[in-house]
Amino acid sequence: MGDAIARALSQSYHTTYCEVIIMNREQLTQQNRRLVQKLLLIIGGMFCFGFALVPLYDVFCEFTGLNGRNTIKAEQQSQSIDSSRVVRLQLTTSVSPGMPWQFKPNQHYIDVHPGENKVVKFSAKNLSGQAIVGQAIPSVSPGLAGLYLNKTECFCFNQQPLAGGESVEMGLVFFISPDIPEHISTLTLSYTLFNVTDVTEAESHNLQAAL
Amino acid sequence: MNTATTTPEQHGAEHHDHKPKGLMRWVLTTNHKDIGSLYLGFSFLMFLIGGAMAMVIRAELYQPGLQIVEPNFFNQMTTVHGLIMVFGAVMPAFTGLANWLIPMMIGAPDMALPRMNNWSFWILPMAFSILLASLFMEGGGPNFGWTFYAPLSTTYSPDSTALFVFAVHIMGISSILGAINVVVTIVNMRAPGMTYMKMPLFVWTWLITAFLLIAVMPVLAATVTMVLTDKYFGTSFFAAAGGGDPVLFQHIFWFFGHPEVYIMILPSFGIISAIIPTFSRKKLFGYSSMVYATASIALLSFLVWAHHMFTTGMPVAAELFFMYCTMLISVPTGVKVFNWVATMWRGSLTFEVPMLFAIAFIVLFTIGGFSGLMLAITPVDFQYHDTYFVVAHFHYVLVTGAIFSIMAAAYYWLPKWTGHMYHEGLGKLHFWASLISVNILFFPMHFLGLAGMPRRVPDYALQFADFNQLVSIGGFAFGLSQLIFLVVVIKCARGGKPAPAKPWEGAEGLEWEMPSPAPYHSHTTPPIVK
Repeated sequence: MGDAIARALSQSYHTTYCEVIIMNREQLTQQNRRLVQKLLLIIGGMFCFGFALVPLYDVFCEFTGLNGRNTIKAEQQSQSIDSSRVVRLQLTTSVSPGMPWQFKPNQHYIDVHPGENKVVKFSAKNLSGQAIVGQAIPSVSPGLAGLYLNKTECFCFNQQPLAGGESVEMGLVFFISPDIPEHISTLTLSYTLFNVTDVTEAESHNLQAAL
Repeated sequence: MNTATTTPEQHGAEHHDHKPKGLMRWVLTTNHKDIGSLYLGFSFLMFLIGGAMAMVIRAELYQPGLQIVEPNFFNQMTTVHGLIMVFGAVMPAFTGLANWLIPMMIGAPDMALPRMNNWSFWILPMAFSILLASLFMEGGGPNFGWTFYAPLSTTYSPDSTALFVFAVHIMGISSILGAINVVVTIVNMRAPGMTYMKMPLFVWTWLITAFLLIAVMPVLAATVTMVLTDKYFGTSFFAAAGGGDPVLFQHIFWFFGHPEVYIMILPSFGIISAIIPTFSRKKLFGYSSMVYATASIALLSFLVWAHHMFTTGMPVAAELFFMYCTMLISVPTGVKVFNWVATMWRGSLTFEVPMLFAIAFIVLFTIGGFSGLMLAITPVDFQYHDTYFVVAHFHYVLVTGAIFSIMAAAYYWLPKWTGHMYHEGLGKLHFWASLISVNILFFPMHFLGLAGMPRRVPDYALQFADFNQLVSIGGFAFGLSQLIFLVVVIKCARGGKPAPAKPWEGAEGLEWEMPSPAPYHSHTTPPIVK
């Protein structure tokens, strides 16, 4: 097996340098150049792979529901209601450090039947004197439960601008898929509010597209 | 290994030795031995600078409370100590050894790409000047740990972060160029008859290391580039506010980072596999299993990155996958340790300094391996994560592992490099001083970690005071012991008992067929390997 690996490794480069020197020094240079080119190709490929990990990670998280990222808008309303079960959705919020906003859910939890469409409200207030644009980022725990929390309308799909001192009530329309596994009886939906005032229009459009 | 030279070339020593004199010899050199010496000298300088930073850290931790430095400066010290030791001391030392030894070992006249070789060394001092200069900028140097996790390195990092990014880019380019050179040399420049399965293990381990470097250094470059654009150009790769994810940073970083830790240990395995047979006067036990074990470690290294991230909230299935894969690595590593011990079994052992360091490597690296196995167990990792237990673990594998093997290599090949024997008494003093102090330095860290002391803190709770004092004393002693090594090397370079071509009775390999000191140009006529 060792020789098989060795042969595979050396297939096109089995001529050793001194045999080549006897024949032609140019040829060794050529051989070296070809190998360097191949290695450079791998290096370029791996550099791109580093960046490719970003979309791959997003796709992976979206498919598997890992990481509790719950940023996708549900296409349609719920079809059927499973009234034999009750699932509790806990709501929690935080504001990123240094952002002068108050941000709270109007209720701390809500009990729902899987499949039932429900509305919950959140209140935000800009405590500063200046206009600030906020963006809420959701996260669901346990991570895999994020697959079953469907949002048909959410303030987190859009940025929220508030003038100084202004306050607003923001709504979330959601349902929990009836096929949610038996062992999940409580979900936590957390929102973190970020200051995106400085984020440019173009980037914000990209973000919208991504969501 | 069945290498024997039928045409030992000795004539090169006299009339091929003309080389430019003075400083420009070193700036313009394309000679693999000169560049090897430059790498080794540079890495020792970095070892002393990084070591001085470790002394600052240990001085601050000698007592609880803040005595000597500000917390922010302390964080800069832990960060830059790590960066310098990883990218400035260990990696260039291995590249230096590769430059010196690979052409001699495979019967080549020089490295395949000598001009690129010159550049891959000379951009290193530029990188580290930039990194060290960033410490003197307003707001200080990098203070986010050598792992530069986002958002510490993006949202909360000092203004000098661009310098850090640029320095890491240059270090990466240097490593990549070095790796290309090693691959091309080994693949295209072997002497006739030097088949892959006859190559010394140091050459094999370096070939595999070079492929690891080629695969992961570009990923590191991509990571720092994303940090750069996140911080300065408004992208959101790692910022949740813009749709990114800070956990993604850890995935990408450790996809580079875990193969990186094997980059820092695989060449050690090659060194130890050269030294143990020599001083046991026996052939290496299980040569081909060593080659396969090295290759399997390299392949597995791409499947274990998330064991650094057990506490980030991964699902159980992923934690189990990474836990089992990590534990699997102990199988090929165990094969290696077993082979070394089996090589020594019933050998006629002598205990010259290289052998002492090699035996210490086997014992202490295995301790580091075992603490690694403990950390691999997901449920207990929740307790050990980010404590001094982790610090103890990776210093056992990197200091008593990688650095001890580099020391062993230096003592083993110094007679070949300089043409003089080193001072055996001073060498032994260096070994015993290092061995005792390094264990006083790192062993109590296990207990500190198990008791719950977090890493990267400038101050700690009172109950950790006694062990920390002990650790600091060990640290100062270990730091001072390395100055003995400096004395040994300088003494050996300047003079001493002349070394024969093969100073070690049991040594095998093409490098010992050349005179000592090795002529400026190796193997000008290729040796024939049977």
